[in-house]
Amino acid sequence: MESFQDIIFKLKQYWAERGCIIQEPYDVEVGAGTMCPETFLRVLGPEPYRVAYVQPSRRPADGRYGDNPNRLFKHSQFQVILKPSPADIIEQYLGSLEAIGIDLKQHDIKFEEDNWEAPTLGAWGIGWQVMLDGLEISQFTYFQQCGGIDLDAVPAELTYGLERLTAFLQVRDSVYEIEWAKGFSYGDVRYRDELQYSVYNFEMADIRTLWKLFDLHEGEATRLLAAYNPKSPDKKRFPLLPTYDHVLKCSNLFNTLDARGAISVTERVGVIQRVRKMAVGVAQAWADQSRVAPAAEVAE
Amino acid sequence: MSLPFLLEIGTEEVPDWMIRNALEDLRAQFVKLGVPHETVQVDATPRRLVLRASGLPERQADSVERVQGPAKSAPPQAVEGFARRQGTTPAGLTVEATPKGEYYVFHKQVTGRATRDILAEALAGIVLGIYFPKTMYWTGKGGPRFIRPIRWLVALLGEDVVPFEIGGVRSGNVSCGHRRLGAAQVPVTCADYEQRLRENCVILSADERRARIVEGLSGAKVDAELLETLVYLTEYPTAIEGGFDPAFLELPAEVLVTVMRHHQRYFSVEDADGKLLPRFFAVMNIGADPEGFVRRGNERVLRARFTDARFFWDSDQKKKLVDRRKDLGAVTFQAKLGSYRDKARRMKALVKDLGGKAASARAADLCKCDLTTELVGEFPELQGVVGGLYARAQGERAEVWQAIYDHYKPVSMEDSIPRNATGRIVALADKLDTLRGCFRVGLVPTGSRDPFALRRAAQGVVKILVEGGMDLPLPDLLEGNAELIAFFQERVKFYFKDARGFQYDEVNAAMAAGWSNLADLDARLRRIQGLRQSPDFEPLAASFKRIRNILEQARFEGGAGIVESLLEEEPEKELYREYQSIAGQPIENVISRLRPKVDLFFDKVLVNAPREEVRQNRLQLLFELRREFSKVADFSEIVTTS
Repeated sequence: MESFQDIIFKLKQYWAERGCIIQEPYDVEVGAGTMCPETFLRVLGPEPYRVAYVQPSRRPADGRYGDNPNRLFKHSQFQVILKPSPADIIEQYLGSLEAIGIDLKQHDIKFEEDNWEAPTLGAWGIGWQVMLDGLEISQFTYFQQCGGIDLDAVPAELTYGLERLTAFLQVRDSVYEIEWAKGFSYGDVRYRDELQYSVYNFEMADIRTLWKLFDLHEGEATRLLAAYNPKSPDKKRFPLLPTYDHVLKCSNLFNTLDARGAISVTERVGVIQRVRKMAVGVAQAWADQSRVAPAAEVAE
Repeated sequence: MSLPFLLEIGTEEVPDWMIRNALEDLRAQFVKLGVPHETVQVDATPRRLVLRASGLPERQADSVERVQGPAKSAPPQAVEGFARRQGTTPAGLTVEATPKGEYYVFHKQVTGRATRDILAEALAGIVLGIYFPKTMYWTGKGGPRFIRPIRWLVALLGEDVVPFEIGGVRSGNVSCGHRRLGAAQVPVTCADYEQRLRENCVILSADERRARIVEGLSGAKVDAELLETLVYLTEYPTAIEGGFDPAFLELPAEVLVTVMRHHQRYFSVEDADGKLLPRFFAVMNIGADPEGFVRRGNERVLRARFTDARFFWDSDQKKKLVDRRKDLGAVTFQAKLGSYRDKARRMKALVKDLGGKAASARAADLCKCDLTTELVGEFPELQGVVGGLYARAQGERAEVWQAIYDHYKPVSMEDSIPRNATGRIVALADKLDTLRGCFRVGLVPTGSRDPFALRRAAQGVVKILVEGGMDLPLPDLLEGNAELIAFFQERVKFYFKDARGFQYDEVNAAMAAGWSNLADLDARLRRIQGLRQSPDFEPLAASFKRIRNILEQARFEGGAGIVESLLEEEPEKELYREYQSIAGQPIENVISRLRPKVDLFFDKVLVNAPREEVRQNRLQLLFELRREFSKVADFSEIVTTS
């Protein structure tokens, strides 16, 4: 039986053999692997890039105090970006499932329409959810736009839900029962995270403090973006990556405030707009800094 | 020589619901190309859109093109020059008379183009011209757009490849089998195409896939919509049966069926009494499941889903609907129209205007509360239903919980209206509130844009008023908003014409006599349908049209009354007597008596009498006659064949 970490090793090995840089998780909290600069910024521009990494992804509202066998505050995504997407991309993807021990002649795979959209990132794509014996195991997306910019090359993004995939392979009904490494269950490693973050996100997070933090990070990102000068000869030095970290902080604070029930539906739209504005600002500056998209081509 | 033609567009998985329209579009574009053919057939699986035609000519027919040269009077050098340019000599030209005089003309023999060349030129345009609701690019910005990436193309005319290219993919004679059960490269000919696919575990015919699925569904309720989804989600479908723990049957069947049908695409199974059984059918895209991997996998997924649903069901019960009213304040209905709490308050006032009693007010108060439950968060399509189920579990009266359960009904033209009167009133209040509010703040549907589904809401109002036989004056409920009244007028027409099948002239005639009470309008329309069977109907309708024209031309809008002594001629006296004797009776009873008198009147009497009083009197007679018999309908709106 493959452990949780065996599956990660095998996926990394498989995609490394297909030209991917293997990255480590990004060190700022994110809601999905897509938000990491390795995806969000690297998909911009025409330069080919291939990368794969595990990204712990935080969804405060999905926390269940460790009680629910299928729902997690923090789950692990295995994220693959192939830019541009090769013609045999689906075959390569199916090959990765076989590499972790799934015999696809004995299992049912279906590609069901599921177009992905992230309003806070000004990003969307066309694709599928991949169903394995009725279980959604991956999201497969051809990116069309990111940061409000039409993409030059069309990257394919593959996102594997690692906990689900492992539970499937190990035939476990609860995520907490899957074997992380020999002698250690997922619950041994992660239960306390689930419990404590649920308590914090739903009960103890101080709303005023979170709003204050949101404003601080937003202020810093906005200040930096305003200082970016496309005409400056030194623009390559400009710290857009640190700027983006502040945007990610805002996004996570927004999700936490939302889980805490501190954002009314009316307010929601406004806050999403604020985060989107910063994310789009970083993407556009990044495209300019990389000298890949003349300002005129940047979509509104 | 007559040739078969095969076009296969090989793609990554196309969304199932778009495939049938795409095929019809493909067929239409091929036919429009104008290449002669005997038959044309379209087929598809998720990974291929296929057009096959037979009886194509190798070449188009030869034709003669007429090229006009210089005038007959032109100098010989000009004539020789023209002939040379056409590749002939002056002896090969003829002289023809034209409206402008006599001219030299050359009849050029044009050899028909090879069909293969025509197709080679047109196919890329045809493929990329297929309409899809949402397209993508995949080779990079500025590249071709299609629903999903095109990965291979087969185009054969007879034995020859029809060469063309899309996004770097060149057409050929190599198809592709099932992703895992078939070969990746499958050379085909027009003749063996379908057979070669079959050998590679691709069943091309949707009918055959459908039959294969249905055959495997022993005992299941065949949901037609789900079946079509699965037909176009698979290339090699096989149904397998699975089961779940009967303990889950404690959950409401609505929830279980929604999970199975909408989320997992399973067919649910019922016993002879319609009671849900702990079994299901899933449809795989492979041929068999000898080890039971697929069955067990699906059973586990379903168990997890049901466990979630039970978790939500139990935790939602901890807070009663009535205690959730306050929480609705945080759920926006529409930015300009406030929260669902505001909406619920407006509905509560509105049900009173609609004649609702305490039960309606209670249902209006509670019906939106399920929007704050986790179960509806997980299964939004169960809004209303979940509220109804919770209300029942929390001891609300049947009248109330059923009204909550049904208040989104009817969700389509085919759907039924709420089962009880309270439900009908609450459903009306919900829809009318949405319509009134949206029209008030300018959110009016335009063209195909109707984000708040206002047409469906209005259609629902009409359906409930008619089929619920409700005695409510619709226009009075529309706050005098002229735009909204006009909008409803269209929906009423649409309902009676398209949903109920009345003729458009019958609907116009009946509505011209008023449409305030829709139940009454329905009754009158049925009377018109009955009347139309009578041989006297059409002639009488024609006469009413004549009466209307005469009155309009005379700008006559009614006078003091008929003066008997001014009736001069016998036919008009007869018509008057007849009118007096039948006034107040249903038109069905008198139509056969009335018609000959009207005919005779128009035959013998000149309305435009020389004497003004006589003329006015005759107009008055026609005016009253029309008024009397236009209570059911304005028969002058009926389109007559005579």
